[in-house]
Amino acid sequence: MTVDLRTRYLGLDLRSPIVASASPLTGEPASARLLEQAGAAAIVLPSLFEEEVVFEELEINRSLEAGTNSFAEALDYFPNIESFAGAGDRYLARLRQIKAQSAVPVIASLNATTAGGWVRYAKLIEDAGADALELNLYRVAADPARSAADVEADDLALIAAVRTSVSIPLAVKLSPYYSSMANVARHVIEAGANGLVLFNRFYQPDLDLDTLEVVPRLDLSQPWELRLPLRWIAILRPELGPDTSLAATSGIGTATDVVKALMVGADVAMMTSSILRHGADRIRTVEAGLRTWMSENEYESVSQLRGSASSTAVEDPSAFERANYMRTLRSWSAPRDLTTA
Amino acid sequence: MTLQTPLERHVAAPGAAPATPDARSRGKVFVCMDGNEAAARIAYALSEVISIFPITPASPMAEHADDWAAAGKPNLWGKVPDVIEMQSEGGAAGALHGALQKGALATTFTASQGLLLMIPNMFKIAGELTPTVIHVAARTLATHALSIYGDHSDVMHARATGWAMLAAGSVQEAHDFALVAHAATLRSRIPFLHFFDGFRTSHELNKIAIMGDDVIRSLIRDDDVLAFRARGMTPDAPFIRGTAQNPDAFFQAREAANLFYDAVPGIVTEVMAELAEHTGRHYGLVDYHGASDADRVIVIIGSAAGAVQETVDALIATGQKVGVVVVRLFQPFPTDALTAALPKTVTAIAVLDRTKEPGAVGEPLYQAVVAALTERMDAEEPPFATMPRVIGGRYGLSSKEVTPGMIRPVFDELSADRPKRHFTVGIYDDVTHLSLPIDVDYRTPRPAGEVQALFFGLGSDGTVGANHASVKIIGEGTDLFAQGFFVYDSKKSGGTTVSHLRFGPVQTKSAYLIDSADFVACHQFGLLDKIKILDFAKPGATFLLNSPYGPDEVWDRLPVDVQRHLVNKKIDFWVIDALAVAAETGMGTRINTIMQPCFFHLSGVLPSAEAIERIKAFVEKTYAKRGQAVVDQNFAAIDASIARLGHVTLGPATTGHALPPVVPADAPDFVKTVTAVLMAGDGDRLPVSAFPVDGTFPSGTTRFEKRAIALELPIWDPSICIDCGKCAMVCPHAAIRMKVYPAAAVEGAPAGFQSKEFKSRDLLDHRITIQVAPDDCTGCGVCVDVCPAKSKTEVKHKSINLEPAAAHRDVERPHWEFFQSIPPLDRSLIAHDTVKGAQVLEPLFEFSLACNGCGETPYLKLVSQLFGDRMIVANATGCSSIYGANLPTTPWTVNAAGRGPAWNNSLFEDNAEFGLGMRLGLDAQNDQARRLVTKLAPAIGADLVRDILEANQDTEPGIDAQRARIARLREILGALDGESRSAARQLLALANDLVRKSVWIVGGDGWAYDIGYGGLDHVLGSGRNVNVLVLDTEVYSNTGGQASKATPRGAVAKFAAAGKSRGKKDLGAVARAYGDVYVAQISMGANDAQAAKALLEADAWPGPSLVIAYSTCIAHGIDMSKSMTHQKDAVKSGYWPLYRFHPSDTESGQPFKLDSTRPSMPVSDFVAGETRFAILARTQPERAAELAQLAQADVDERWRYYEQLAAMHRSVPHIHNDPDAQAATVDRPAGSIEAGDEA
Repeated sequence: MTVDLRTRYLGLDLRSPIVASASPLTGEPASARLLEQAGAAAIVLPSLFEEEVVFEELEINRSLEAGTNSFAEALDYFPNIESFAGAGDRYLARLRQIKAQSAVPVIASLNATTAGGWVRYAKLIEDAGADALELNLYRVAADPARSAADVEADDLALIAAVRTSVSIPLAVKLSPYYSSMANVARHVIEAGANGLVLFNRFYQPDLDLDTLEVVPRLDLSQPWELRLPLRWIAILRPELGPDTSLAATSGIGTATDVVKALMVGADVAMMTSSILRHGADRIRTVEAGLRTWMSENEYESVSQLRGSASSTAVEDPSAFERANYMRTLRSWSAPRDLTTA
Repeated sequence: MTLQTPLERHVAAPGAAPATPDARSRGKVFVCMDGNEAAARIAYALSEVISIFPITPASPMAEHADDWAAAGKPNLWGKVPDVIEMQSEGGAAGALHGALQKGALATTFTASQGLLLMIPNMFKIAGELTPTVIHVAARTLATHALSIYGDHSDVMHARATGWAMLAAGSVQEAHDFALVAHAATLRSRIPFLHFFDGFRTSHELNKIAIMGDDVIRSLIRDDDVLAFRARGMTPDAPFIRGTAQNPDAFFQAREAANLFYDAVPGIVTEVMAELAEHTGRHYGLVDYHGASDADRVIVIIGSAAGAVQETVDALIATGQKVGVVVVRLFQPFPTDALTAALPKTVTAIAVLDRTKEPGAVGEPLYQAVVAALTERMDAEEPPFATMPRVIGGRYGLSSKEVTPGMIRPVFDELSADRPKRHFTVGIYDDVTHLSLPIDVDYRTPRPAGEVQALFFGLGSDGTVGANHASVKIIGEGTDLFAQGFFVYDSKKSGGTTVSHLRFGPVQTKSAYLIDSADFVACHQFGLLDKIKILDFAKPGATFLLNSPYGPDEVWDRLPVDVQRHLVNKKIDFWVIDALAVAAETGMGTRINTIMQPCFFHLSGVLPSAEAIERIKAFVEKTYAKRGQAVVDQNFAAIDASIARLGHVTLGPATTGHALPPVVPADAPDFVKTVTAVLMAGDGDRLPVSAFPVDGTFPSGTTRFEKRAIALELPIWDPSICIDCGKCAMVCPHAAIRMKVYPAAAVEGAPAGFQSKEFKSRDLLDHRITIQVAPDDCTGCGVCVDVCPAKSKTEVKHKSINLEPAAAHRDVERPHWEFFQSIPPLDRSLIAHDTVKGAQVLEPLFEFSLACNGCGETPYLKLVSQLFGDRMIVANATGCSSIYGANLPTTPWTVNAAGRGPAWNNSLFEDNAEFGLGMRLGLDAQNDQARRLVTKLAPAIGADLVRDILEANQDTEPGIDAQRARIARLREILGALDGESRSAARQLLALANDLVRKSVWIVGGDGWAYDIGYGGLDHVLGSGRNVNVLVLDTEVYSNTGGQASKATPRGAVAKFAAAGKSRGKKDLGAVARAYGDVYVAQISMGANDAQAAKALLEADAWPGPSLVIAYSTCIAHGIDMSKSMTHQKDAVKSGYWPLYRFHPSDTESGQPFKLDSTRPSMPVSDFVAGETRFAILARTQPERAAELAQLAQADVDERWRYYEQLAAMHRSVPHIHNDPDAQAATVDRPAGSIEAGDEA
């Protein structure tokens, strides 16, 4: 039986629901080509971080100016550099290259820190030819003087600002740390986003015990991490309606993971860690597995599968909510060595 | 409060500014640039091959050429010139010669010593009648001292080469005469030396009319170019050039070219006329300016002509009959033009030369003028009724100022009955009384509408950069002319800068500094205590001060001298806390962007709003290529500036403080009377008699220069300290010291003085102190970066922490004073081959004025700690010779016994040979002393003679024992009389050379890898006992970061603007090939113990030693406070492997020891953190990626090879296997007395 893997995401027609999400592999033309050849239905570039652009510009400027005009023999230390490609320029150049070589949609990603930055880079990304833009909203809300409402209001304002400045589809990649996820999700869509990517995984700080320094560390995702997006996509799919795109990301490594994501309501399943672990061909394997599973289980198409187990489509919607916790508790039994004899 | 300022009286609103008086300037393109760029633009446009080598102040010409070539800019014929850096100016001249002989249009740029190195080829090039131009930013030749500043001693030294010499006196002329020279050389076949004054013209920023390709093309005739090409070498029409000639032929052949020289004046006149036709700028071979009936005339070459012209105009206005002849073409000397230019009425002529030729009858221009007039007066129709009296004066050596106040006395002297035949201008000669008086109050009238502005700042605060921008903003954006000249002091870190800016409706001729300014800005509050800034303000001037104190509280914080000037001169006084604004806007300490709008606002040169707009446009233009973030940051600072200005109401001139003394009261006399005057910036006032006659200065003077420039000081927390000594080891300025001393020594310490128990099994009951010298520390933070001891309760707190200097300086001063009073530990009590041990030793290299975080100086300090009291240093020209010995002070110092490093610098190119000569001298004197000891044995006593001659001086105790013996010997010799007296006197003079000495040949990679490599190679091959320390920054640091053969692949440097494509030379491998050379590669930041060990082994090795030390540099584009971390990463990535190659004749010896571990990080990680590499990824990403791959391959391959070497058992030729070398080695085996010694 032939199965129809086609799906739509952010208004883009995709040949399958398997999307290569942001990783070093999607940021380089050569590896992006391999991903496409392996069957990635779309390619999401790694985020352009405004913070990195600004830091790099200021740092390079600082080091070029260090020691200048101080001493008669050495009024500067570097040749005059006429043109200079900063992190933003390099990102856009790579985006253009990948777009030029790709038959599948190319989605850029942006994490800015200033209101002006979001709009400016969003426009530049649109001009560079991206088919869609993923706004990577992550920031650490460490300021105790700012309430959750303040933080959310800022996020929504910048989504609205970007929305009015570009016409390509917008996805917003959210962190799972909002107090009221469903409420935020609704407002994000109302602010102009065409879809949500659930969820962001971040560099988290670690301690290096040799140097006693804080170091960033990112571990590749584990299969269990899929459960969080599964829950929220299941909850949000009926709430946000069929026109809102939802992407599942984190922990997707197998065909069954993709099936689960689609069933709860995702339009696409995004893969990163398993590609990094196993190479681009992993996409091919997962796609084949998806076909096999659908065929064996007599699903005709992704559209049929999608949302078939969302919160309103399952027998017990509360299973996606608090009850889930209860059942886990009940099903848990203490290891023997903790029980008194 | 009004923001109207008195300065507005001086300047009409820009709209109403007088149009430029030069009507011809309409339609011309005016651009602000310096003399170097002005000349280089023409040279570049007219060359196919450009061979280059860096030398101040000419380097920027070569840098421009390299930049333009890297950017693909074509020459006049559409070709991008081939710009090639050579290993020396000698090499550049050779390549120039070769390119010319092939028939390619070629040029080069140089100055000073560089020109000297070109002279052999210049004779050849001229002898072959080869058209070319060398552009020279004329600079002083090194004599009793090096000087980077300007005079004509270099070019005048080249006058025998047969090159035509054309002198430009301004930036415009440097542009124009560059073209005249290129056109005239092609037409005449005589090569041209086109020169202009180093710094004064080469670095003066001025508004000039630039010539387009059309003008250039119209003066460069195709036929001349084709004729030149046709004379080039080709096997298709072969000939032989460069023959050897014999007495029968040479002389006549030499005279055969005479007609070509005869034609030069006419050709230059013709070209100048064509230039005038196209540009409206008229020049002659000589130009006269002054009264048509002048009786007194000055003849002069170069930039000082402007001051003379101003003086002439002013004197004519008072009824005097004076004039000036400016000589443009010096050689072939335009005798006819000179006599034609001089008014017939002239009776007395003063010829001013900017050079000195000791012993000559007069300087070159004087001689030429005398000879020319004498010849013409002997003609049938003499030009003058009687031969005018001609006197000659020297002026302006090493850029000494030339002002109307110095020129007017020259005219006065010409009026005297018996003027001085030879005199000096601008100094006070109280020895030979040659100087003319200086009229310090004499000033010529300034042009109406001119504003003169002075800015005092620090190099690090961006003052000069902002003023550069101001000149361009005004000069290129308005009808006003603009001039900028910038004066720097001798320090690489924390140096002051003074910017001299003139704006006005007419082009200024004043090629001298401003001493009476309409606007004065002090960008650093602390400078008020160091420089008498308001001496330079004219009455009614505006004064802008960057002050941490607001308008209401600043008054009482001022020195009383400043208060007095403010009140007496009724100065309009404004303050702004620019550092606060800079901090708020993320600008750090660079306050330029805040001060610049304030200048525009207060000076009234432009309306404030327009000025802000123009500043922003300039910022956008300048910084857009570096990114919007940089532009935004600057905009924020600009926007925040003017609102923070505060007007100060002048108070009573009595409430301020007195200026602190320049040097401490206990400083030696010489320091007080000479050094201190130089330090205060008053050196111009010192008379001739104040100076040593032979360039010899006392050691150890940086200690008197208490600069207190650190904003933060490293403060020690003994509770965490692990006594490792790393902080002291890496301090570039020896401003963190470690002392170990008996516990009792701490008695009487001032309150708060810190110490802790010294953990040692051998030294019981001792304490240790780590102490900062609060006025000498630069606050670079390298010590904090390396400190490994972290608090158990708060990991950011180390045993050394940077804390605000303001809170600690006063506390630490008495601590430092007490610390110095503690005697150094007996050197024999501690191991020297450990970091901790070495750092207990007293440094004899301290408080150098190197850059903050300098990677070189810690090595020199360590060498001085290990061998300082018995070392002689030959120092190649470069950073180390500048921070080592740039007046007024030197960091090389002495210990309590009065011993310390004896230091000298010869040249850039000959340092290895210079050091070898020192070794030869030492050996010869040691040898002679041994003979005399033997000869005087009966008088000295057999035991002492044996002990002296057989002394084992391998270790310091051995050396100390020998010193004691020599002291006894000296006593005995002093008492000798009779027949032995003569020999005893001889021996007394040589006795100290019986103590083992260490010769250190020190220099940078530019010297060792490039210009001095031939000599270095020879010295390493000599077998002699010298120690070579290469401070490898992988770039010509001192001249501003030009690539050397030590520059690694993929690094961007000047002269390698597109990233260096070739890998770094493995200098160590070349040295190892000799077999008997000790070779080590070290990196203090990666392995400090290995560094110390290598230096000790190098010293101990009785033959040649080469230690290559990785030296982080500001030219790497790194955060210099992390200097040592970068060194660590360099080693960790395998980029800089550590090794020691110890020659050994043992059959199973393993001479090569690899001291670093297998690379554990990719080279890409190391290079990512250094701007020199990172830049290429941002300019040419594909090339960067390609070079990065090759760079990794370089490292992989070298590591593979070195691992093989390290595993190799090998017997290598040992120095003692070479009988010649053995005889030559100073450190004889103990106990040997050679056969033939007198017994």
